[in-house]
Amino acid sequence: MLETTAWWVWPIILFVFTFFLGILAVMAGVGGGVLFVPLVSGFFPFHLDYVRGAGLFVALTGALAAGPGLLRRGLANLRLTMPLALIASTCSIAGALVGLALPTSITQTLLGVTILFISFIMITSKRVEFPKVEEGDRISQVLGIYGIYYEESMDREIEWKVHRTLPSMILFAFIGLIAGMFGLGAGWANVPVLNLMMGAPLKIAAGTSKFLLSITDTSAAWVYLNNGSVIPLITIPSCLGIMLGSYVGVRVLAKASPKMVRSIVIVVLIFAGLRSLLKGLGIWV
Amino acid sequence: MDRRRVRIPEEQVVYANILYYGGLAGIIFTAITFAIYVSGTLPAYVNPSELPELWVHETHEYLEETGIPTGWSWIGLVTYGDILNLVALAFLGAITIVCYITIIPVLLRKRDFIYVVFAIAEVIILLLAASGILQAGH
Repeated sequence: MLETTAWWVWPIILFVFTFFLGILAVMAGVGGGVLFVPLVSGFFPFHLDYVRGAGLFVALTGALAAGPGLLRRGLANLRLTMPLALIASTCSIAGALVGLALPTSITQTLLGVTILFISFIMITSKRVEFPKVEEGDRISQVLGIYGIYYEESMDREIEWKVHRTLPSMILFAFIGLIAGMFGLGAGWANVPVLNLMMGAPLKIAAGTSKFLLSITDTSAAWVYLNNGSVIPLITIPSCLGIMLGSYVGVRVLAKASPKMVRSIVIVVLIFAGLRSLLKGLGIWV
Repeated sequence: MDRRRVRIPEEQVVYANILYYGGLAGIIFTAITFAIYVSGTLPAYVNPSELPELWVHETHEYLEETGIPTGWSWIGLVTYGDILNLVALAFLGAITIVCYITIIPVLLRKRDFIYVVFAIAEVIILLLAASGILQAGH
């Protein structure tokens, strides 16, 4: 029945679906890609290849839209981003190539496992608004990674520096690989590493993470585009829907209970992860 | 309210400006090309009515069925509405490369050689990804 549905219905459904996804994502503090890929691959008729290609562009357009404001306000830091982005974007190319080469059932199963792992991280990880970093490590000092930003809620400037740069770089290699392989934005992983591991204040971690996606996802998106795994009729309505949804989401954010929305998103992720896992294993096709 | 000490480095401002105008242009371009495509203003290389039967298959089957070329070969088919959309998406992918190229002179002027190396290396990586040399398939 799905194959006989008129073609023009799909971009409309995708646009409406991603619009609401965008609202939900902003309110839950996650990127759109992490919700988009498991949900669309699990419940829409599109092959996983095109969903991953679209997922990368969804995350990329969101990051392109948010990036300038974050950079200008000092909430994303270019010096912190550049070394990490170089590692993550290189590995995301490798991830994209591996993801496109693996049999679909294996990728779908691994996606399910990854989404369930992300849900677990979201449930268990604590975020620290202002982590204590006594002294920046040697690498961050040599690279000049530190800064000051204006914390509006406290009406004062916050100085920050980072540590554990080398182990974090190794983690970013892994994050890049996962992002490219499954077409996920990687905010779910970027923020805990920047915040808990490196010790960046939560706002800097969240802002830098969002901006980082514009670089990490660009390299993987190119691989999917050049491999023919991007179908405009799937990709473009999704990008536009999620952007508009995020725009609206920011405005309704103040009226919603973030904790409640975050719980809903975690439940949705667990459901989407299980669906992906069972689909990959051929149990629920 | 004292914001005097919050200084945004010049390269970060330059990057933000290019990203802003590039992103805005890219999103408008994408929306316009999509409207051209779905309205049928330009003919489509793959008839949209055939897509629901094609997008259930993996990439190599889709490419075999449609004859859409991979790499940059599709650039010769931009007069088709669906291929024109790929140009718009490629534009979105090119913005970061332009941003990095633009900050290299700023970093050079500041004699920030480590970050010059990072910027050049990132441009190379992104150009490699964009080149179409790296191909994969099931």
